[in-house]
Amino acid sequence: MIKAVMMMNTQGKPRLAKFYDFLPVEKQQELIRGVFSVLSSRPENVSNFLEIDSLFGPDSRLVYKHYATLYFVLVFDGSENELAMLDLIQVLVETLDKCFSNVCELDIVFNYSKMHTVLDEIVFGGQVLETRSDEVMKAVEEISKLEAASNSISLVPKSVSGWRGGR
Amino acid sequence: MASSNSLMDSLFQRSLEDLIKGLRLGESTFISRSLEEIRREIKLTDLSTKSVALQKLSYLAALHGVDMAWAAFHAVEVVSSSRFAHKRIGYHAIAQSFSDQTPVMLLITNQLRKDLNSSNEHEVSLALECLARIGTDDLARDLTSEVFTLLGSSKALVRKKAIGVVLRVFDKYPDAVKVCFKRLVENLESSDPQLLSAVVGVFCELTAKDPRSYLPLAPEFYKILVDSRNNWVLIKVLKIFAKLASIEPRLAKKVADPVCEHMRKQNVGKSLLFECIRTVFSSLSDQETALKLAVAKIREFLVDDDPNLKYLGLHALSIVAPKHLWAVLENKEAVVKAMSDEDPNVKLEALHLLMAMVNEDNVTEISRILMNYALKSDPLFCNEIICSVLLPCSRNSYEIIVDFDWYLSLLGEMARVPHCQRGKEIEHQLIDIGTRVKDARLELVRVSRALLIDPALLGNQFLYPILSAAAWASGEYVEFSKSPYEIAEALLQPRTCLLPDSIRAIYIHSAFKVLVFSLGAYFSAQQPTSPPLAQESTSSGHSMVNGFTYNSISSLVNMIELGLCSLSGTIDVEVQERAKNILGFIGMIKHEIAEKATSQNSETEGHRAIAFMEDVFSEELGPVSSTAQEKVPLPEGLELNENLEGLQEICREVLEPMAESDYSSDKVSFSVAKLRIRDQEEASSSLPPPLESSSLLAEHRKRHGLYYLSSQKSEDHNDREGNDNNTSNEYPPANEISVDSFKPKKKISKPRPVVVKLDEGDEPKRKPDASSSNDESLSRAIQTALMGKGKGKEKEKEIVKENHEMNVDTENIEQSSRREKKNKKNGERSSKRSSRRQRGKEASVTKPVEVPDLLL
Repeated sequence: MIKAVMMMNTQGKPRLAKFYDFLPVEKQQELIRGVFSVLSSRPENVSNFLEIDSLFGPDSRLVYKHYATLYFVLVFDGSENELAMLDLIQVLVETLDKCFSNVCELDIVFNYSKMHTVLDEIVFGGQVLETRSDEVMKAVEEISKLEAASNSISLVPKSVSGWRGGR
Repeated sequence: MASSNSLMDSLFQRSLEDLIKGLRLGESTFISRSLEEIRREIKLTDLSTKSVALQKLSYLAALHGVDMAWAAFHAVEVVSSSRFAHKRIGYHAIAQSFSDQTPVMLLITNQLRKDLNSSNEHEVSLALECLARIGTDDLARDLTSEVFTLLGSSKALVRKKAIGVVLRVFDKYPDAVKVCFKRLVENLESSDPQLLSAVVGVFCELTAKDPRSYLPLAPEFYKILVDSRNNWVLIKVLKIFAKLASIEPRLAKKVADPVCEHMRKQNVGKSLLFECIRTVFSSLSDQETALKLAVAKIREFLVDDDPNLKYLGLHALSIVAPKHLWAVLENKEAVVKAMSDEDPNVKLEALHLLMAMVNEDNVTEISRILMNYALKSDPLFCNEIICSVLLPCSRNSYEIIVDFDWYLSLLGEMARVPHCQRGKEIEHQLIDIGTRVKDARLELVRVSRALLIDPALLGNQFLYPILSAAAWASGEYVEFSKSPYEIAEALLQPRTCLLPDSIRAIYIHSAFKVLVFSLGAYFSAQQPTSPPLAQESTSSGHSMVNGFTYNSISSLVNMIELGLCSLSGTIDVEVQERAKNILGFIGMIKHEIAEKATSQNSETEGHRAIAFMEDVFSEELGPVSSTAQEKVPLPEGLELNENLEGLQEICREVLEPMAESDYSSDKVSFSVAKLRIRDQEEASSSLPPPLESSSLLAEHRKRHGLYYLSSQKSEDHNDREGNDNNTSNEYPPANEISVDSFKPKKKISKPRPVVVKLDEGDEPKRKPDASSSNDESLSRAIQTALMGKGKGKEKEKEIVKENHEMNVDTENIEQSSRREKKNKKNGERSSKRSSRRQRGKEASVTKPVEVPDLLL
């Protein structure tokens, strides 16, 4: 099972944090900071895996990938294969690339909602759901269309007519 | 007024994007101001405004640690909107912030139900995701039927997610199994790899918690293992088999072949290959062909340049190391090379593997290599190395150590490694070896002396435990030392003021032992002037310390007196007391020493005093078995109140006045005396007459006889095997040992010294963990489902499976030829079921589940 997905920049600012087991917000921030302190001390050209039992409990492993200014982090337990998780990060990044064409950190910062849409199609409740980026893109596009459609229903808020009527 | 406010708010509301931009400008109060806004906006009736506010709040909660639990009700409101965009925001907030403690959890049941029944697959998805992340027992129970429907949905996306949600639903509401399990298992035959991947993912998680219940599904998994070409699916199936094969060895044989097939493929993905290897190492390691193939393949990982593969290769080796060390030995060079890799993970794995390889022959060599690494490494790794050398060497009472002299000098060396922080462990081992291995005491004293003399070590606080052990050893085994004067001098050197008081006390006490020994030697020597101190120790292990002249002994005494004078006024009671003890003793015998030089009278009072003190230190301390206390029999005539109430009363009165006063020795002795008097009073007055209490004891013993200690009279049997020791013996004398296998080594000149071991072992007995599992009810439900539903399923599948290699005729057979078997099995099953109900919890999980015929 996947326990958490995180994206943070090289200064430790989280850009996305999703925990698949309920945790109070303070604990979440603590974990994010903990992960960052471990990652920032890793040299280049070493393996992408870490044991982090101290942070996430027994049988926890972490895989991370460093792309430009971002760390992509996946925390999982013994029922996931390490190399497969590494592939999953790859899938996620590819999908984001397709979404935003040459995605960079700013895209991720300003598209918080879309990020989650993408992620939710890849990881569902801690399980890996879809590993083909085309399929994910399809679903994401459909959802965006639905959202846009539902938002364009009325541009004038109800309260205006209410106001006019109330007076 | 309110409506105009809301108009302003909704028209000019900051969107999420505005919030993010504002945050980036970096104002410190921005978050709190935004929170104010959000609180206002979220209470408005307009759903659009509300949802934007909720979205902003979710963002702040996830990335900036702002609490959003207070907005739970508003999230429920937002979710009830008919607009998809609002629903998304609402469900996102709910999934992120709701927990079992959220009070409004009940309110979302109906909404979830509505959305689960929606025709829009994305709305269904939202509801499913929400349920998967926050589902409670109630929600799971109420929505089981909806999930059941969705498991049969024609839309792949919905079906996949419904399968995913089943995991949570089963976890929270095991009875859902009755409804949903069949459909879940049907999906195992799906041809869509993504769907299949979802199903086996769920089974992987389920099997991890409770493998036994899923054994009957082994044939289905086998089919997938053989047929599937999708790596994700295969990886999960392998994990399932890893769990199943470890509890059902017959499966291991069957599964080994397909696994080997996968490993031999030309372009097999590394992830799949690794999973195959891991499965072989952890559960199929008895299958020779598979094991050999896996070891060959893991070598490829080890020599690859990719650090990930190297790390995983080492990791896999450590799984197989306990049972098949040859695999590790074959790859020894790769392991040693990995020790100098720049990746800390790789180094750590290599270290553990190296220590797994250690045995009697190579322990010296490997320790040498490791100590060299330790000196060159950073503090963290250095201590890891030290720890991993200490641990295997001390296992089973130093099983692998043959040459204790070398080991003790190694321990001394470790103390000098700059970053060493393992003082406690080294201290423990030094003392342990001292008490158990008589022959090593000479070396121990030598090593201790070196440590004590060096003033530089006194500045390093991590070494204090080691120094205290060295001091103790020097005092306890002073007869082995070449120069007691030197020891005493080292123990009392001025720099010892840096030591904490407790350790200083040990130093002083050891100096006392040295003094007593020296005086004893001096007084018992026949000639005042004797041959010079022996240079070499004799083979019996006792180095002869003789030749204490009057001058040498009086200089020793004077030196000690001088060293301790300054301490007689220290604040610490322990140090002060010990210093004063020695000074008092010295005062007593000082003139005796002078007398002895002149007269030949051997029976002076001083003589007797010395002899008396020597006796005090003559009893040898030995290791004590952890079960020794329990072997002490109850003394005759001891009458215990059943719950020792009386004792508590006494203690309360004594302890209270003590709490108020200062710690002075007078008060303490007074209280103790009071206790004694009290005791007598109590005994004679208010306690029930002796007759009654002994009958109480007898009654108690009858009821709880199992837990009483065995006494000579009682017939209670102890569980401990082969314990012929007298129960009156508290611990065996130091010379008594259990057999220690003595292998004469051709190369080593000295035979291995005798190590004292104790019969029952020296580790405290660990209580076995309570084996109750939380998923009792789930296991039972699964087992019922599998055995019950098998009947119907069997009819459908017979045709399908005809062409297959494995004809699955599981327990519920319809054919007449097997009717008797069926009856027998049915009989077993039903009796199992009924007995299970009778006995309740325990039996079900441990009862063997029927394994399909073909696998036997």
